[in-house]
Amino acid sequence: MLRFLLSRVSLILPTFIGVTFLAFILIRLVPGDPIEARVGEHGISDERLAELRHEFGYDQPLWKQFLDYEVQVVKGDLGVSVVTRESVWKEFVTLFPATVELSVAAILFAMLIGLPLGVVAAVRRGSAFDYGLMGMSVTGASMPIFWWGLMMILIFSVTLDITPVSGRISDAFFVEPWSGFMLIDCYWSDDEGACRSAWSHIVLPMIVLGTIPLAIIARMTRSSMLEVLNEDYVRTARAKGLGGVRVVIVHALRNALIPVVTVIGLSVSGLLGGAILTETIFSWPGVGHWLVESIARRDYPVLQSGTLLIAVLVILVNLGVDLLYGFLNPRIRR
Amino acid sequence: MKNTAIATVCAVALTAFLGSAQAKTLVYCSEGSPENFNPMINTTGTTFDANRPIYEQLVGFRYGSTEVVPSLAEKWTVSPDGLTFTFNLRKNVKWHSSKTFKPTRNFNADDVIFSFERQWKDASPYHKVSGGGYDYWSDMDMTKLLKAIEKVDDYTVRFVLNEPNAPFLSNLAMDFATIQSKEYADALMKAGKPELIDQEPIGTGPFEFVQYVKDATIRFKAFAGYWGTKPKVDTLVYSINKDPAVRIAKLQANECQISFGPRPADLPALNADKNLTVMAQPGLNIGYIGMNTKKKPFDDVRVRKAVTMVIDQQAILKAVYQGSGQPAKNLIPPTMWSYNDKTPAYKLDIEGAKKLLAEAGYPDGFETDLWAMPVQRPYNPDARRIGELAQADLAKVGIKAKIVSYEWGEYRKRAQAGEHQMVQLGWTGDNGDPDNFFVPLAACSAHNAAQWCNKEFDDLVTKAAKTSNQAERTKLYMAAQDVMTKESPYFFIAHSVVYLPMRANVTGYKMSPFGAHRFDLVDLK
Repeated sequence: MLRFLLSRVSLILPTFIGVTFLAFILIRLVPGDPIEARVGEHGISDERLAELRHEFGYDQPLWKQFLDYEVQVVKGDLGVSVVTRESVWKEFVTLFPATVELSVAAILFAMLIGLPLGVVAAVRRGSAFDYGLMGMSVTGASMPIFWWGLMMILIFSVTLDITPVSGRISDAFFVEPWSGFMLIDCYWSDDEGACRSAWSHIVLPMIVLGTIPLAIIARMTRSSMLEVLNEDYVRTARAKGLGGVRVVIVHALRNALIPVVTVIGLSVSGLLGGAILTETIFSWPGVGHWLVESIARRDYPVLQSGTLLIAVLVILVNLGVDLLYGFLNPRIRR
Repeated sequence: MKNTAIATVCAVALTAFLGSAQAKTLVYCSEGSPENFNPMINTTGTTFDANRPIYEQLVGFRYGSTEVVPSLAEKWTVSPDGLTFTFNLRKNVKWHSSKTFKPTRNFNADDVIFSFERQWKDASPYHKVSGGGYDYWSDMDMTKLLKAIEKVDDYTVRFVLNEPNAPFLSNLAMDFATIQSKEYADALMKAGKPELIDQEPIGTGPFEFVQYVKDATIRFKAFAGYWGTKPKVDTLVYSINKDPAVRIAKLQANECQISFGPRPADLPALNADKNLTVMAQPGLNIGYIGMNTKKKPFDDVRVRKAVTMVIDQQAILKAVYQGSGQPAKNLIPPTMWSYNDKTPAYKLDIEGAKKLLAEAGYPDGFETDLWAMPVQRPYNPDARRIGELAQADLAKVGIKAKIVSYEWGEYRKRAQAGEHQMVQLGWTGDNGDPDNFFVPLAACSAHNAAQWCNKEFDDLVTKAAKTSNQAERTKLYMAAQDVMTKESPYFFIAHSVVYLPMRANVTGYKMSPFGAHRFDLVDLK
């Protein structure tokens, strides 16, 4: 187990350098720098431009900027936003809970619906339900998030007027950020109805972000179940005279879950990518939305360190999945 | 699966649907995030809007007008030579408080001195805080203009100028001339966190700052201790959405009651919605095509004249502005005093243009670039489209225009350096004074988009700035506009009309000629 862990951890360092380098270089390939992006019609004097460039070190050669940045990160300093002059870490920490909240809601939604659907489809293999479900899951898995989100807003918010258009909570409510999770903090709010508002706001983004994982989980569960249902031990269980539901849930599903867990774990990184789009569509104040806005502002420190933080997170989640998988399936560890 | 999903949404949404709001809350769908909470160090309208509920200046603009009225200064006197402005400050003006700061004294002269010295003097401990760039202060030439600011007593401050300057009072009403609390600044400096002054703002304005969630919301509450007319709503929220389609959807769903400018294409639908009203006002702005007078062939006034005779202004207004623009013929908009209505409107005259070109030595036309800015502005909603229309028009007299564009920062920089032959740019006024158009856009000192430097024009506008009599200034600016018309360094495209859609139950809103948004006197029926 220790060797397994070490081999995984040893991959982290090159990944770290690669990610910081890519984040550093890619944003610099976009024309315009953060200082110029902020200048309006009034223009800016050359001296002032030089002064600001110097302050943020953009007058240095690129390799020097990159080295300085690496050293700074290793020292634990993620830098300061060029635009707001707040520390990137502070901004990340305030916005991150919103992203976690949305991602957790989306994956729960995907699991709660995807697992039972997959099981039913497997049990009724070849039925109209099975074909219908698999057809829809192909659609779901290839759903363009941007289009899907806007359609949902158009249908449920604008036409039917049953869900809010965007945000985390109605602007009428003020919730003191205690844990940062709106669905928790709202219970401490003095305003009655704050929680109802928070729940109604998360519904659409949760569905939009959860659609792709849902489709994948449903398909995965189905095929994994089909495999397991043909196993000898399932036949044995049936032969012992156990009821259909009991066989499916206790004997088959538990074993079928192993590959599904991997898929769920791996979809976490996909979720973070999807969250960037979903947060943008729904003005969900999380780190995805923050990064997209920062591209427009050419806010180099935010983009570099924000990308790094998200990469670290994905690495950690993947590591966790690897370990969990190894734990669930002892054969992997060898 | 999808059906199940939709059914689930409906069920959850119906049971969870939001109840009624408590206190009176006004939500404004704004278009972007403020950079921070101090107008001194910023130049964008978005940041100014976000700060307006919090801060005040010595003087202000009357709600919905360009007229300068008392604000933190109750009254003022100007010496006969126009060099000394003495301000009598308002008494009993309370500062906001926050979790970390409880003011022990009211607003006084020390705050005024502190706020101006922060922007002016290197010696101020706050001069370098938050980057120390005071762009508006420099743009308005304040350092050159000011000789001294003196505290006469706790409630009297005297400004001494180096030369008479008519727009000075209007400058002081602008957002950059904001007054911050010296007591708060001192406390933060002592705590070693001076930069918080621009992130957790303390002001004297009608609303107190409550919370800012980046790219999401800014929340304010009515300030109970406000010296002026108390706000009509208890809570003011700016809901930030960059996407105009989302802002409109939120407005239609009554999630916000007032929304920042819509796209021209959305106007018909908004006008048709019975729950909404759409306010409109001619904007204090100008969109134009500058012709580089330092480069061939535009160094010849006949060529520039010919260009103004072939571009179809009406077609551009119809196709691009879709009713949200009015044709321009002068640099300043018609709502501004000293507008020269005698300037003839542009008239299409292809044959006349061909003749002028032939006289200038270009009987078969020539090749030129025509720059199209990559950003959308009220005064120019679609520069590429305008470029294409102008391109087609110019082709009629043999001028082959190539449309060129760069990323915005690069575009502005290259245009300022005069790399172009023809460039689209524009301007939105800051303080309602004609000086704020003529000097930055056409004076020799300004690197203007036409690289135009005309002695006669320069003398007229310089003289006008030093004259305090408005009738006298009007004459000078009228003459300056005649010079511009004669020389035609620009093809003026349009002054845009600015629209502001809101719910029908919003009362008391007045549109600002500067495009500023202000909500303290707004009520909800």
